[in-house]
Amino acid sequence: MRRLVALPLAAIVLSGCTVPNFGANKGATTTSRSVFHLWQGFSIGAVVIGAFVCLLILYAVLRYRRTGDDIPKQTQYHIPLEMTYTVVPILIVFGLFAATLVVENKEVANPKTNVNIDVNAFQWGWKFSYPGSSVVVVGQTTQSPTMVIPVNTDVHINLTSTDVIHGFYVKAFNFSRFALPGVVNQFTFRAVNTGTYFGQCTQLCGLYHSLMYFQVKVVTTSEYAAWLAAHQNSSASQASQTATKQQTSAHVPAKYTPSSGAN
Amino acid sequence: MTDVLQPPITIAGDDQPQGHDEHHGPTGILKWMTTTDHKIIGLSYTVTSVLMLVIGGLFAEIIRFQLTAPNNSLVSLAQYNELFTMHGSVMIYLFAGPFAFGGLANIIVPIQIGAPDMAFPRLNALSYWLYLTGAITMLAGFFTAGGAANFGWVAYAPLSNSINTPGTGADLWIGGLLLTGFSAIFTGVNLTATIFYLRAPGMTMFRMPIFTWNMLVTGILILLAFPVLTAGLVMLYCDRHFGTHIFSVSGGGVPVLWQHIFWFWGHPEVYILALPFFGMATEIIPVFSRKPVFGYKGMVFATLSIAALSLGVWAHHMFTTGVVLLPFFSIMSLLIAVPTGIKIFNWIGTMWRGQIWFSTAMLMAIGFVVTFLIGGLTGIYLASPPLDFFTHDTYFVVAHFHSVVMALVLGGMGGLYYWGPKITGYLLNERLGKIQFWFLFLGTQVFTFPQYLLGLRGMPRRVPIYPHDPEWKMLNEWSTVGAVMIGISTIVFVVNVGVSWKKHPAGDNPWDGHTLEWFTTSPPPHHNFYRLPQIRSERPTWDYHHPEHRSLGHGTHADEMHSLVGDGFEGHTS
Repeated sequence: MRRLVALPLAAIVLSGCTVPNFGANKGATTTSRSVFHLWQGFSIGAVVIGAFVCLLILYAVLRYRRTGDDIPKQTQYHIPLEMTYTVVPILIVFGLFAATLVVENKEVANPKTNVNIDVNAFQWGWKFSYPGSSVVVVGQTTQSPTMVIPVNTDVHINLTSTDVIHGFYVKAFNFSRFALPGVVNQFTFRAVNTGTYFGQCTQLCGLYHSLMYFQVKVVTTSEYAAWLAAHQNSSASQASQTATKQQTSAHVPAKYTPSSGAN
Repeated sequence: MTDVLQPPITIAGDDQPQGHDEHHGPTGILKWMTTTDHKIIGLSYTVTSVLMLVIGGLFAEIIRFQLTAPNNSLVSLAQYNELFTMHGSVMIYLFAGPFAFGGLANIIVPIQIGAPDMAFPRLNALSYWLYLTGAITMLAGFFTAGGAANFGWVAYAPLSNSINTPGTGADLWIGGLLLTGFSAIFTGVNLTATIFYLRAPGMTMFRMPIFTWNMLVTGILILLAFPVLTAGLVMLYCDRHFGTHIFSVSGGGVPVLWQHIFWFWGHPEVYILALPFFGMATEIIPVFSRKPVFGYKGMVFATLSIAALSLGVWAHHMFTTGVVLLPFFSIMSLLIAVPTGIKIFNWIGTMWRGQIWFSTAMLMAIGFVVTFLIGGLTGIYLASPPLDFFTHDTYFVVAHFHSVVMALVLGGMGGLYYWGPKITGYLLNERLGKIQFWFLFLGTQVFTFPQYLLGLRGMPRRVPIYPHDPEWKMLNEWSTVGAVMIGISTIVFVVNVGVSWKKHPAGDNPWDGHTLEWFTTSPPPHHNFYRLPQIRSERPTWDYHHPEHRSLGHGTHADEMHSLVGDGFEGHTS
């Protein structure tokens, strides 16, 4: 039984090379990978314990079907057994907690990076501003905005909301965080693969909640610098353009198809 | 063992010459409206809450059919928001709780402890009428111009303020919830007082059936949690209408405060909902295994520790807000797995070396254990903040709590098949019951498993339309198939009630039961008992019928007397 405690930890150490993925994905950032390994560890524990308990139930119901009118022995207590199934789960829980702490401590915010992005969520869209430059990307409902970030660089996000609570969620990052009005939530991630990733609001925010999409486009460092420079001057007009478009898209087209991310 | 006590609980004044009001009181609808009999009130609660289950289930079916295609237009975006809000509200506020602590517990707890009625019968009646009024108030939102409440059953501020949700439906939601909240508080008062003060002679605390124990703990949790919700709802109403700024940033308020208040009620509420159904399973499994509940005192300890821990885990619903202390709430939440695990092992231990009779009630109870195991294991993931960041507000969470609440539905159905004959005097049809069980049990798994996968593939909750993705569509279709199976199981149940109506008399003790409710008639008389057996363990009826088969402690044999642990002996009567 003690092996059950060690397994989740071992799974993290082994980086999940040969362990099944249990429905999740490695994702595209450094933290998404450690979350994925934690997921694998928890899943091994859950599958082992779940299978063990289900087999016990199955054995009991098949083996002890009523055969006659006999009254079985009226056993009510077995103290050593009860102690075992109290203490072993406590050990497992502390193992899971330790693994949780290890991964949680990797998800710390690092504001001392070159790439800072202020993310402002609103009903029903996103505004990405790049402090230190005049680049602002805004988009709502029908045009999902794209956040461009460089690969292999710490990207620090300052997340807030102008109205109600929204959820900043990028599936490929295995991560979400609430955008709260009046609070700036900070987090850092480092993308390890280039590509375009699908993001969506996860916290109910009103009528068009289901259409609050965005994309995160991870590019090489030089491409990022080029993109930033190219949009430096045009960004103001782009923003106002987007704003005009927003006015005209008061209702959502019935057949709107968002581009699915590379996950 | 064979001597029978005369009823020690007939109270002078109440039962004097004018007799029971069943002989002289009003009849028909007037009797129903003026009754203070816990059995009739409990039955009203049960019928009303099952009606709510059907209404909430219909909302669920519409939701599931909307999601069978990515851009389906069965309902509009606005209607969809109303539907899932009212689905959650009806199921949580108007079905699960009232069914358990207003319905079955109201009927069964006084009988299990040998009491003539609840401690405060008129307060009990008030509870029911507040509940019915609250339910009608909440549902009346559909008939207002702006439609019903549409901010989710959790009503997060500031979405729930008067700017973002101006409609009357939202106010009716708050009002309805206030009324049902008070009904729950009064039931909590009643259960706690009844169990503490109205136990029959010999019924010590450690001779109470586990269901009664769980209802005592539920009653205490109600008293601790529900007033907080009531206070929060008053604050929300003030923010909406009286210009306060408790939850609005512009006036210096804090939106997250609503989440703290709501979940400080909301997490104990999860166990207020779950503990009664744990108790039902713990009554059913021993009776149909012909054994005492395994680890009785461990079971009580587990219930108490679940209740204690449940008061310190509310912020695990708020990990992604970024404003709560993660490790504390994580370890507290993980620890709840321990007492829950003890319960599951105790249920298996009860079946072990028993003589298991697969009646519908027993099948439902086993289905409850298996489904709750799945919901519990997936809950452990969500107690880990990094994994919660990954899955929060996705269908993984939806699947997790639907495994849990569908387990409760299985347990509750088990309770109806088990106690229904006691309440009505007639057995339900077993063949239809088993058909219902398999539709309900398999339907639940077909319904939840695709949702787990959808969550891991990134589908957020509360969306009526979703990106075109063949896999998402396929998984959603399977989940809808499961929902339809669950719907069929409900129809089978309703048919069963109709088919079995007054057909097969149950007799006093159809299952060879353990507890006092199986000692009295079916249905029990006014004030429940003509006579009581000696109460020398938590199984007085069993001891009466099988005096030679008493419970055995650890290491004792059938030819020895009772043990140190285990059922009590003469010196321990209260």
